[in-house]
Amino acid sequence: MTAITYARYDMRRLYRNRRFLIFTIGFPLLLFLFIANSNKDVKLEGIPFPVYYLTGMMAWGTMNAVSAGGGIISFERSVGWTRQLRITPLPVGAYIATKVATGYVLACTTIVVLYIGSVTVPVHLTAGGWLLMTALVLVGLPPFAALGVFLGHAVKPDTLGPALGVISSIFALLGGAWFPLSTSGTLYDVTKLLPSYWLVQAGKAGYTHQVWPLEGWIVLVVWTMAFTVLAVRAYRRDTGKV
Amino acid sequence: MSAWPGPATVTSVVGAAQVFPDAVIEKPANECIVITGLRKSFGSVKAVQGVDISIARGETVALLGPNGAGKTTTIDVLLGLQPPDSGSISVFGRSPARAVQEGLVGGMLQVGSLVRDMKVRELVAMVAALYPKPLDVDKALEMAGIDEIANRLTNNLSGGQVQRVRSAIGLVGDPELLVLDEPTAALDVEGRRAFWASMRGVAASGKTVLFATHYLEEADAFADRVVLMARGKVVADGTPTEIKANVGARTIRATLPGSDLAVLGSLPGVSVAEVHGDGIILRCSDSDSALRALLGRFSDARDVEVHGGSLEEAFIELTGEEELEAAQ
Repeated sequence: MTAITYARYDMRRLYRNRRFLIFTIGFPLLLFLFIANSNKDVKLEGIPFPVYYLTGMMAWGTMNAVSAGGGIISFERSVGWTRQLRITPLPVGAYIATKVATGYVLACTTIVVLYIGSVTVPVHLTAGGWLLMTALVLVGLPPFAALGVFLGHAVKPDTLGPALGVISSIFALLGGAWFPLSTSGTLYDVTKLLPSYWLVQAGKAGYTHQVWPLEGWIVLVVWTMAFTVLAVRAYRRDTGKV
Repeated sequence: MSAWPGPATVTSVVGAAQVFPDAVIEKPANECIVITGLRKSFGSVKAVQGVDISIARGETVALLGPNGAGKTTTIDVLLGLQPPDSGSISVFGRSPARAVQEGLVGGMLQVGSLVRDMKVRELVAMVAALYPKPLDVDKALEMAGIDEIANRLTNNLSGGQVQRVRSAIGLVGDPELLVLDEPTAALDVEGRRAFWASMRGVAASGKTVLFATHYLEEADAFADRVVLMARGKVVADGTPTEIKANVGARTIRATLPGSDLAVLGSLPGVSVAEVHGDGIILRCSDSDSALRALLGRFSDARDVEVHGGSLEEAFIELTGEEELEAAQ
């Protein structure tokens, strides 16, 4: 219970930081509304464009949001707050879990805001489609949660923004979140090895009702493990210092 | 000065540490902290080189020493923030990590600021939620003297206010052991006085307080025991009075018209004599013998005063010796 009270306070403060919220949550919404509304009647890969673009902005937005949770660690390290917490009974695992949970709360907020926005376009999906899409996106986020925790320990606050921005942009671009990429050839083979590709596919499942093939699950698990290993190493390096 | 009974303990005699022959050497029955043979290096810098400190429950101990003496490293290891290279540390019979986990330890680290976008009260309540038996949040705010800024955001506090909030964070868990690393560094005179007044309250309730400082007056006024560190070692350990009595030279001042400098300088126990008009000043290696001889020889000596050495003299003498030793 105590860690939950701690987590509640810790999340409450995030929602006081308007600028952060606008950039993290508002920007994908703005892009979605602008571009989806201008291409209402277009179809891409057999999917109505508003749905297609919703999946892209959702993948990009939730990816940013969930890694921002771990990224907060960088700010708390720089003011000595993590050291202060290490001399309280809060276990390190609970501290990191709180940041991951914070990232998920931000990601859920991003999803809800996008869904509300999509009603105005409008986007038509079945109830089962909305649910499947939401569930798969949430299941597809762990690699990016671990990435956030890694960067939170490895990077100083003034480089965190650019680092997260560049990395998530590369993932978004190559994963096909911003615009469609070719569905054959070498680039496509590389794309399918990225967790962002499967995050975009998760969104499309809202329309196609197709859950990831085994390949998608393996890619997600491997990236989650890789970023977790990096995060653990960065944590050890960080706390071993004075 | 202290409001509770406790054994006079001079436990540490390491390397060049000053031994006080008149001090009671006694193992405390109820130990709070036991550090044995602690060593810690960072690369080629030997921060702590064999430290033994034993502190009983309820003691208020100052870890005094110049910058680079190893105080912060000792505290970091004690709090489980750093693993020792060698040596053992127990806190209430547990490992530091375990003691911290059980909420027995609270602290205020030397450097650190606050997280943003929280009200002062929320921040203190957030930390309180982590401890098994915390103080009432309002009480902790009051003790730290920040009840008036409880609803202010942490973003725009002054340095002194941040320091007070940090002390509230250390206090709110109501830990058995409170460890403070340079707690008054950012405070003004008034803030310091208020801080130590609230710490007296903590100490009076039977808690153990260990604080690192390089302010001699704070160690002298607040601690019932001073552990003096220099260059990674303990160089003296005892009550402030013991350290002053045994290290700092005493001075005798008196009025004695027409005195002879050479005669005064040859009195037993006097190391240096000075004459200023009718006034004389005798710096003594043994003030008791010097005083007897002075009054025996000169029955007209009046306005006689004997001054004890200051903690500052002891500090310079003890830490300076170390420097000399290291240079040789």
